[in-house]
Amino acid sequence: MSFEALLFQAVNGFASASGLFLVAAGLSIIFGVTRIVNMAHGSFYMLGLYLAVTLAPLLGEAFGGALGFWGGILGAALVTAALGALVEVVLLRRIYAAPELYQLLATFALLLIINDAALAFWGPEDILGPRAPGLSGSVEFLGRRLPDYDIFLALIGPVVLVALHMLLTRTRFGRLIRAATQDREMVAALGINEAVLFTAVFALGTGIAGFGGALQMAREPANLALDLSVLGDAFVVVVVGGMGSIRGAYLAALLVAEVKALCTALGLVELGGFTFNMSRLTLVAEFLVMAVVLVIRPHGLFGRPQPAQARRGEAEAPLVPLGRTGRLIALAVLVCFAAIPLFSAVASYAPVLALDMVIAALFAASLHLLMGPGGLASFGHAAYFGLGAYGTAYAATVLGLPTPLAFGVGMATAAAGAVLFGWFCVRLEGVYFAMLTLAFAQIVWSIAHQWEEVTGGSNGLFGVWPDPPFDSASGLYLAALGVTVLGLVLIRRLVFAPFGLALRAGRDSRLRAEALGIAVDRVRWLAFAIAGTLCGAAGGLFAFAKGSISPEAISVGRSIDGLVMVLLGGVHSLMGPLLGAGGLTLLQDMVMRESPYWRGLLGLIILLIVLIFPSGLAAGLRRKRGSAA
Amino acid sequence: MSATTPLLQIEGLNAWYGEAQILFGLTLHIAPGEAVALVGRNGAGKSTTMKAIIGLVRRQARRLTLGGADLLALPTHAIARLGVGYVPEDRHIFADLTVLENLDLGRRQRPADMTLPDWTTDAVFDLFPQLADMRGRLGGQMSGGEQQMLAVARALVGNPSLLLLDEPSEGVAPIVVEQMTRALARLKAGGLSLLISEQSSDLCAAICDRAYRIEQGELRAHGPRTGQASETSLKAALAPGNAPTR
Repeated sequence: MSFEALLFQAVNGFASASGLFLVAAGLSIIFGVTRIVNMAHGSFYMLGLYLAVTLAPLLGEAFGGALGFWGGILGAALVTAALGALVEVVLLRRIYAAPELYQLLATFALLLIINDAALAFWGPEDILGPRAPGLSGSVEFLGRRLPDYDIFLALIGPVVLVALHMLLTRTRFGRLIRAATQDREMVAALGINEAVLFTAVFALGTGIAGFGGALQMAREPANLALDLSVLGDAFVVVVVGGMGSIRGAYLAALLVAEVKALCTALGLVELGGFTFNMSRLTLVAEFLVMAVVLVIRPHGLFGRPQPAQARRGEAEAPLVPLGRTGRLIALAVLVCFAAIPLFSAVASYAPVLALDMVIAALFAASLHLLMGPGGLASFGHAAYFGLGAYGTAYAATVLGLPTPLAFGVGMATAAAGAVLFGWFCVRLEGVYFAMLTLAFAQIVWSIAHQWEEVTGGSNGLFGVWPDPPFDSASGLYLAALGVTVLGLVLIRRLVFAPFGLALRAGRDSRLRAEALGIAVDRVRWLAFAIAGTLCGAAGGLFAFAKGSISPEAISVGRSIDGLVMVLLGGVHSLMGPLLGAGGLTLLQDMVMRESPYWRGLLGLIILLIVLIFPSGLAAGLRRKRGSAA
Repeated sequence: MSATTPLLQIEGLNAWYGEAQILFGLTLHIAPGEAVALVGRNGAGKSTTMKAIIGLVRRQARRLTLGGADLLALPTHAIARLGVGYVPEDRHIFADLTVLENLDLGRRQRPADMTLPDWTTDAVFDLFPQLADMRGRLGGQMSGGEQQMLAVARALVGNPSLLLLDEPSEGVAPIVVEQMTRALARLKAGGLSLLISEQSSDLCAAICDRAYRIEQGELRAHGPRTGQASETSLKAALAPGNAPTR
């Protein structure tokens, strides 16, 4: 490891930082004014790149290479901005008053839809763009060849940083953005049309993201995985830099990119007899940067504490314990589920599908503990599902442990992950919490993908079969049913116990709960750990049920499935997530797997839910009932 | 319509903050050039009345008009453009913006048909000379009294025909209250209509022609000033327990 190599990678880091910064800056500006975290922000970056690789050759034919390349980048940025404006007018404008969770879900639905639209339009293959005319060479730097284009990219970041700074401080539009970031109502009361401002801000933010994507044309091919990977990176950058701070975003982007570059430069490192491939650890490094910064500055490098915001939307109805009828119904449903193996002779598929439903129910219920009573919408619950599944699979296959023990190892893995990640997450609220949980889930996913020695890489782990008596379809099913029922009972008891009351008090008013002597952070941390552990149990059952586990099964899609289950059933009730889990599992099994575009379909369904019931499904239904009565 | 046609007319105004109803059937009016006080205890609904006029809370009314134009269907920014200036409680200065930038956001050309004085940036600096000395200062670095002046100035440069002042003397030094009282008297003399809410009626008594007292979201007393009624009679009319004198 030479000093030259280190320096070379450091210069490279600047080039990566520019791309990261452009995405994070747009995200930050949009959030500042509209208070919406645009989950589809990475999608606009991806669209920018796709549009650039499409436009550049077209323009190149018409006007020549140079004009085509740079015109393609500019055109892509403009088209992305226009699409952003369209999205704001058609979709976001309707949900500014909706609960935060719905806003996050709506923009996430947009991500799913844009991804499938890109798949339909550009196909699944990566698309390479043309090289930059005039910048396709390289310069000799410390004995290595440094591409001209990387130097250009390294400069673009600071240029955009300065340009944005000038825009914000020297123009009326910039003053409006800063004013609206601080106090939207006052801006309106001064006679400024918020609607136009919001559209312009969204177009600006998405345009910058599209520009950032388009600039990558000469560096990496356009592909469909970009939206999520860029989104995860942008979240880390924004959390590290401090929400709403443009220079914070640049500094954080630089920090993250440089640490990654350093890991790449270090390559293989021997430490105490073990050989670490540092270049594989780039994602863990990103996590460490975030961890260190958040411990020292909980609101990021340049962030400020967010004022405790009043909860929007309807007040949560108090949860009521089941009455006599309710208990009887629950018992009846349980008996029905327990009896399903008896019918396996008639419908052999029934136990398999029922097993899926039971696992989904535990998954959704554990997420609901956080979302409902906790008021914390996790966008990365798949992480603990994955930790549980991988822990179980590793223990059962590589370590050869008996089934119950392997299952225990899986739960312990999930618990450890939830305790570790939870410590960071519970310090944040609302959208910050959602962003951080999603970022952690991306990290777990990446580790599963990259740590081949343990996780089997992209293939995953195979042959995770349970021992007798769990090796038959009904044996495993009944065991899973038992575990799930135990988990559900535990959650119910918790919610009505003093712990659950404290958790709910923290959700309804953090300040007042703290004034009553409740250590809100600690209560949330414990809830996070319990939810993660139970989710890990669902993951362990999943690994045994499928006989294998792969990164795909724990991707962000699973986190979103969980959110949709909870939402379909209603955040306001303890039974809701169970109904939602059953419903979505059936729906996926019957309809969605039939189409390659089922994710986009799911996105459309989410969008419809959000647009028809902008104040929440449960509240919407209650209102319907109210007006009918 | 005659010259005595009210500028602002409110009939049967109900308003909600979230799910809770705050105002119950409020009725009041303000004539052009008139200064009207809105007094009442903390939580009586004074601020909500202001917010209901400018459109920051959900509300419903038989009538809510400014110069004959219906305000009920308009978004907040359109109401402001129609000529309602709003000085909120707690001032709501943009803390990260300078004095000049704060004023710039409020600035709007005076409508051609307006007969009131034109409130340019220089004119408000003349009204509040302190502000002129701190044009480059950030709003967050100003004292409460200075912020209050800036809040009034920021509303004035929009050239409103009606100025809503929510607790303009709250949390500011007595000397600033005096200065504010003089400034408001000057605004009134210039023909601007004022609606001022106060918990203590000292400032109002010095400036206002009439006063409304609200309790628990309902109008309880209405003290008119007839002819040369003294400040004390206005105060007496507003004292709790007195029936509406209309």
